[in-house]
Amino acid sequence: MTQDNHGKKYKFGMVIDLDKCTGCGSCMVACMSENNVPFKEDETNKKDSITWMRVFKLTNGKPFPETDICYMPRPCMHCGGKGDHGHSPCVSVCPATATDYGHDTGIVSQIYTRCFGCRYCMGACPYHARYFNWWDPKWPDGMEEYLSPNVSPRMRGVVEKCSFCYHRYQAARDKAYHEERRDEIEESEYQTACTQACPAGAITFGDLNNPDHEVCKFVNPDPHQCGKPRNPKAFRLLERLQTNPKVYYISEREWVRKAGDNYRDGEWGKEIHSSDGNSHK
Amino acid sequence: MKIDRRSFLGLGLGAAAGVTLSPMPWKLTDDSSIWSQNWPWTPVPIDGEVTFDDTVCTLCPGNCGISVKKVNGRAIKIEGKKGYPVNDGGICLHGISGLQYLYDPSRVRFPMVKNGDTWKQVSWDEAASLVAGKIKELKDKGMADSVACVAGSDKGSIAGLYKRFITSVGSQNFYTVDTMEKTWEMLIERVHGLNASAAFDLAKSDYIISFGTGFIEGWGSPVNNFLANSSRKERHAKLVQVEYRLSNTAASADIWLPAKPGTEASLALGICSAMISANLYNAAFAQSAGKDFEAFAKFVNEKYDPELVSRTTGVDAAKIKAVAAEFAKAKSPLAIAGRGKGESAGSLMEFAAVHALNCLTGNINKEGGFWTIEQQDSLTWPSVVMDDSATKSYAKPPVGAVTSVIDSGASGAGIFSAVVSAVSGGATDSGQKVLSSVSKLFEVINASEKSPVELLMVYNSNPCFTLRNAKVVKDAVNKIPFVVSFSPYMDDTAQLADVILPTHTSLEMTQDVYSGACIAQNVIALSKSVAVPVYDTKHPGDAIISLAKATEGSVASNFTWKTYSECLESIMGDNFATLSEEGYIASELAPPVTPLSVDFSLFAAFKDSISLEGDAKSYPLTLVPIDTIRLASSTLASPPFAVKTVEDTVLFEKDTLVEINPETADKVGVDDGDYAVITTSVGEAKVRIHLFDGIMPGIIAIPEGLGHSTGAKGEIITKDGSPMAGITGATSIITQTGGVSKNRGQLENLYIGGKGVNVNELIGPVMDPASGLDAAWGIRARISRA
Repeated sequence: MTQDNHGKKYKFGMVIDLDKCTGCGSCMVACMSENNVPFKEDETNKKDSITWMRVFKLTNGKPFPETDICYMPRPCMHCGGKGDHGHSPCVSVCPATATDYGHDTGIVSQIYTRCFGCRYCMGACPYHARYFNWWDPKWPDGMEEYLSPNVSPRMRGVVEKCSFCYHRYQAARDKAYHEERRDEIEESEYQTACTQACPAGAITFGDLNNPDHEVCKFVNPDPHQCGKPRNPKAFRLLERLQTNPKVYYISEREWVRKAGDNYRDGEWGKEIHSSDGNSHK
Repeated sequence: MKIDRRSFLGLGLGAAAGVTLSPMPWKLTDDSSIWSQNWPWTPVPIDGEVTFDDTVCTLCPGNCGISVKKVNGRAIKIEGKKGYPVNDGGICLHGISGLQYLYDPSRVRFPMVKNGDTWKQVSWDEAASLVAGKIKELKDKGMADSVACVAGSDKGSIAGLYKRFITSVGSQNFYTVDTMEKTWEMLIERVHGLNASAAFDLAKSDYIISFGTGFIEGWGSPVNNFLANSSRKERHAKLVQVEYRLSNTAASADIWLPAKPGTEASLALGICSAMISANLYNAAFAQSAGKDFEAFAKFVNEKYDPELVSRTTGVDAAKIKAVAAEFAKAKSPLAIAGRGKGESAGSLMEFAAVHALNCLTGNINKEGGFWTIEQQDSLTWPSVVMDDSATKSYAKPPVGAVTSVIDSGASGAGIFSAVVSAVSGGATDSGQKVLSSVSKLFEVINASEKSPVELLMVYNSNPCFTLRNAKVVKDAVNKIPFVVSFSPYMDDTAQLADVILPTHTSLEMTQDVYSGACIAQNVIALSKSVAVPVYDTKHPGDAIISLAKATEGSVASNFTWKTYSECLESIMGDNFATLSEEGYIASELAPPVTPLSVDFSLFAAFKDSISLEGDAKSYPLTLVPIDTIRLASSTLASPPFAVKTVEDTVLFEKDTLVEINPETADKVGVDDGDYAVITTSVGEAKVRIHLFDGIMPGIIAIPEGLGHSTGAKGEIITKDGSPMAGITGATSIITQTGGVSKNRGQLENLYIGGKGVNVNELIGPVMDPASGLDAAWGIRARISRA
């Protein structure tokens, strides 16, 4: 059986060039500011620090002066799930249908008012992309003035995560509809806040189904393998789990690409066969 | 009825099946989420018409163009402005967080006077007449020269007004906080004989050697550098980073040269030597434009042969020669200096050694090279009128006067007179060339029994946090009888003030902005107010104008404008109309056509003059600061969003983590996460250990920008005699359900305040004999398990 996505209209995805990323943190803050992400007095316990976009720091583990580091921004991967049919790990376990797979966009949604906080999805997500609101958000006096009406502020007891700035898609779609272009939106009309803010130009966003879009040109996704990148310098995180993420990473550095999954000794660089007969490198 | 086992189970199973098949579980789930999510305190932001307001960010000297997104006129987000010459749509994390500064909980809500342990609210008139009274008193006593002002920079009309005020009173004690820009200016004056600023055409250079700069960590114009850095791959441009630690810049560079700390200048001269001996330099340029080139060539060949340099720096001689060859072969090679973010002045001689590389290639005032940009002064101020007492006081030299001596070898000129960049806020254009340093000012105050400064005004700066040996600076400020702060926030310095005249934050005011930060372009912009002032604050220009009026006499006569906007319009001349309409004026992206001469004698007189404080025996390690873009380390403290991005290997709970190599840790006997005590000759601090392979053994690196104090100590009493309660200025228009006031009654910022260690309480200033400015880049230290 080959994995196949069914030629759905849009399949929005992101490509992050890890050799360009400087770890400056603009994407994290652009996301917080765009999506009304709250903050606490102490955000140093990263397990309860809500960061839809989080930049991780990787090292190659070699001693001075052979050491190398790499910054890896991690939004929600918007997994297509096994076979790319929309059975994302989180969507499959949600008992409240608070998170769902958008078959028209490939975006995994999160509906705060449906979520009752069981956190199954957090356990299911292999990328730690989901965060729980342990407390009600609190802004200093007056700071609520800057909250955006496009994204509902969350409350205690719900899970939240990156939405690929879905409200921006809605705005672009509305505009296109208004201009009688029906559902045809341009690449530049829908970009996420992190993509827009990245001063290094490391993040690219667009439709993976559209060969004219930059993301598609960068990674050359294989439609018969659920979008597996055909560019040898590109990779997805934990590829062998067959979550089929829509976030791709690019790096010239081998150790960085190797850090994208867990490999046993001697496994790196070889075809890996999964139990169901699928294989990947 | 008898309930037997069979009917019990049947009933139970039947009930379970019934409940499962009924919609009850789903209804209950739904109800519970509705019930648990309809809290009146969850804000519901009001929707409305979306507009964008363009302005310029003034949080750092980079001055990026920004677009402020508004809903119903309410600013909700800041984005980079596409097409703006500096940043073309890019933006840094602090710029995006700009709106958080408006509602910073440590903002001073109204003018306040310190009364023992409490602060008392006063009106603007009362505050102005109190300060004016003190100044008049000093002036009448003939002590006008004991009035001083510390400002963040001397660029623009607002700084000009503060300088004009100090001059009008009759004092030369106007200080700015020196950055690498000043050192570059002094170097250009000495080497090229020009009164110009340095600029680097980074985006066009195809080979950059950076000597310890935080090229992509806040050095120069941060976002401009990000753009230049990320286009490197496509342009086939190379970046070489000389640094003892694998910083983000070093990690991004093509070649990382980990030279031992303090030997960066030697490495630069080693590369010079390799270039000269292999005849790889631009001989035509060195001969035609250069003076004393032979002396320099002889000097480096004798003393800085790559083999010798290899021993001192720890960098392989073959590598030095290879870099020299690549640098010389490049089309537009460029060498840059200024450690970290370049926020302190740095060693003039180190800059000179680096600049010698630029002079050898001759890539000066050419595309992709080092540029000398004429200092643009587009403001025309009316001349200052001084009365007799002011004139008399003005004749006295500033308290923080410094002399800089350079043994310039062959040329024989003994004393090097640096030029204080002439901002025309002051007025006596007698061309007096007096160099002063703010670090020296506080040193002199501390050394004197009675402070020579009677009244200190602090505008747009936070010397009690940003200057080296911050504790001693605090002592000095405490010694000054009367301190006036113009800060919008209850920062480390404002806390020690006697009067606070709170000014607007950058988004609440209009001001003229001049591109600096070594960007290869002249951009003049008008930063506009994009938000209604949240509190009872004033524009800093209006604050000083009203203070001048209250001071009366000749001081008032120098401030005839009714408001700051009237002043700006009149002193800007023709530019004002253009700026009001266009927002900015950008000069062409072309190198300046100044004919250039190079005096190599300074390079030939190179002396490694900056040695670290502390003896090697009791302090075997070297403590250096880490500059990262995620933490602001200058006047402003980092906003909550930026603090949130800081890794838990930099700040954990309230502890600073210091980086050391595992090898060093083994020697000291500490492990990852352990508590340890760092001791230097200046101070002591408890920190935690973070092991990092990318740092050279023997070095402790500590992040800058932490260790701010929390805010006001003592109660704040409002006009009606009650303790301050909640927000006083803005009314909340956002919460449909009505916001709940989260009153703290204190001006505290607990998001950054009280966290970690201030580097400047561990490192003291080291005066550079060549420039007279602070050139400390670290200190000797020891570390032990706590």
